[in-house]
Amino acid sequence: MEFRKDLFQNERDDNLNVVGKGVQRQDMPGHVTGRSPFFDDHAFEGLLHLKVVRSPHPHARIRRIDIAAAERAPGVKRILRGSDVPVNKNTLLSLINFGKDDEPTLAVDKVRYKGEPIVAIIAESEAQALAVRALVRVEYEPLPAVFDVEEALKPGAPVINDTYPGNYFEYHEKYDHQKLRFGDVERGFAMADHIVEDRYQMSPIEHAPTETNGSIAAPEQNDRFVVHSCAQGLFFSLGTAAKIVNLDSNRLHFIGGTVGGGFGGKVDSLTEPLSILGAMMTGRPVRYVLDREEEMLYGSPRGAERIYIKDGIARDGRILARQIRSYFDAGAYTRLSSYAAIKCTAHLPGPYTIPNVASDIYVAYTNRCPSTAMRGFGITAVDFALEVHMDKGAEACGLDPMEFRILNAYRDGDMKAHRRVAKNTALIECVQVAAEKARWPLSDEARRQSSLTGGGGARAEIPATPIDENGRINRPETRGGRPTQTLPAGTMRVPMTKQPIMEGSTENRPKAPAVPQYEPYRPAAAAPPPVAPPMTAPPPPAAPPAVAPSPSPAPASQHGAHRFSSVFGTRRR
Amino acid sequence: MAKVPVQFRLNGSDRAAFADPADSLLTVLRRGLNDFGPKYGCGQGTCGTCSVLIDGGLRLACLTLAASCEGASIETVSGMADGPNLHPLQTAFMEHFAAQCGFCTPGMLTAAKALLDRNPNPSREDVIDAIAGNICRCTGYEPIIQAILAAARTLPAQRRS
Ligand code: FES
Ligand code: FES
Repeated sequence: MEFRKDLFQNERDDNLNVVGKGVQRQDMPGHVTGRSPFFDDHAFEGLLHLKVVRSPHPHARIRRIDIAAAERAPGVKRILRGSDVPVNKNTLLSLINFGKDDEPTLAVDKVRYKGEPIVAIIAESEAQALAVRALVRVEYEPLPAVFDVEEALKPGAPVINDTYPGNYFEYHEKYDHQKLRFGDVERGFAMADHIVEDRYQMSPIEHAPTETNGSIAAPEQNDRFVVHSCAQGLFFSLGTAAKIVNLDSNRLHFIGGTVGGGFGGKVDSLTEPLSILGAMMTGRPVRYVLDREEEMLYGSPRGAERIYIKDGIARDGRILARQIRSYFDAGAYTRLSSYAAIKCTAHLPGPYTIPNVASDIYVAYTNRCPSTAMRGFGITAVDFALEVHMDKGAEACGLDPMEFRILNAYRDGDMKAHRRVAKNTALIECVQVAAEKARWPLSDEARRQSSLTGGGGARAEIPATPIDENGRINRPETRGGRPTQTLPAGTMRVPMTKQPIMEGSTENRPKAPAVPQYEPYRPAAAAPPPVAPPMTAPPPPAAPPAVAPSPSPAPASQHGAHRFSSVFGTRRR
Repeated sequence: MAKVPVQFRLNGSDRAAFADPADSLLTVLRRGLNDFGPKYGCGQGTCGTCSVLIDGGLRLACLTLAASCEGASIETVSGMADGPNLHPLQTAFMEHFAAQCGFCTPGMLTAAKALLDRNPNPSREDVIDAIAGNICRCTGYEPIIQAILAAARTLPAQRRS
């Protein structure tokens, strides 16, 4: 490992106790002696085993569930159906009041993806529980299924998740996507010499942790249940399980933190609620572990994303406008996809200073396995698309891809599309070091550039941004909306109407019961109608000093997504 | 199915258990004898995290019928240390950051021990070959290879001949 101490010297504190030094991890002795207590490494007298019957159909109505034969089978202690689950509808982020409950623990009237659990069998041995699956009779009426995000959003597409009948996650219970507008992309495209457009399609990716998902729950003294869990977020799982089995959380004693690989795939509490319910119903310890096949097929993957990017680029290589439309495939239920789109929006347009940016990010439901967190979900895929697109942009204007990035990189003091000032930027230095390591020739000019200089000034301006007649950020042109007025240059944010600013809207939807109340918006009168032409291109990062006169601090954002402070919050300094 | 008794030596001690004739050695070690060293990663011979030594040979416990181990001598990661003294492989794994989540580690150590027991002077290629059946999804292969090579260097000279 190499520390580049020559970079950002005055920003670094070298007086650190741990960073840069080798320190032995406290869990290492356990790992090398095989004594680290993973959830399954606990002995229980009278341990029972739970296995689930899963749907063979991606979309079907359940006509009848017959468990009579299964109940009489040898070794069977208890069969659970949806009606046995105290709170059989949940959404993970309900713990922070985000989104509506939309997913059953055990499906009742419908199955919405292949592999959805319907019935749980608790038996004396794993082999018995597995064998009894064949004795559970479920009658299905298959329904048309949708596997494509854009198909799912077309009018007349089969409704997948009844909680969200439009097949999209509803932000603030009424917006069908996350929206970002900065400047006027159409103007930017009109001024551009090159237009580069493309479509990117990602695949779902299974985390495939070496330890499969699972848990063991057992009755404890004091009327509590001990739960050995593989959860990545132990208290998140505790809260989720407490809600589903309808117990006060202080009656659950979760033990965990030793996770055999998670990567995001162990935040969904796939097994804990049923293990606990099994222990409650049988009074015995119950173990529910996914086998490898279940883990690979039905453990929630990284959601596939479809991303469209359109760039308008000037002859000299400056990106004048960037437009992005993306669809996040949630699968049949929300889980954490709603959060992915927020992260994605917050990340756009990538680490570049672009004076005109527009993005619409949708979360679409399909009849695929619900997707969830995985290593930078919401960011990783769009970054891949953006960086491939950067290479194409460089090619279009005949520039070296490294130099193209340095030219467009954000610098300290620049205004980002979210109307926040860029601080602690380092892309230029990263590209320079990468080029050096790869022995990639850079021009002297590119080597002289620095994130610390050349930003701010005119690059800190907020451009004029078109809005619609309701004072909302303009709707995407793909849906026929026309800008009717313009938010003047320099406006930090839309004066708050009842509509939060970053999202799209859907007409004709019932009013949400609990929309945050904002100050009434007093429209255009105050706004000088035709606005001075927006700054369409950042002045080329000119000769140094011009250290950004940091613009007046932005008022704290109040839009609904502010609770994800890690996304919208400021970084170090 | 009627259970059948099985007896074998486990990490130097005589142990006995009642097993279903279809039970794997992994199930009997973990659920019958509470040796939680070998792990379940796949149950189908693809991940190597259940690796054990049977009469000195590297075997996958998930694919081995317990009943077939009658009278055998079985070593697992749980018996690798000599009391408080760690095996050189264990020390090297600690020093080289060769475990992340730690779930593949018992299998990796067992495969590495099988290698060093028969070849105290392995080349890098020998090491890679020896752990080829073990998946580390945290993908820490390079530190694992380095740790095994380092452990080989610390083995008593006479073993390296
Ligand atoms: S559990 Fe035996 S090889 Fe995976
Ligand atoms: S350390 Fe996690 S699987 Fe290898």
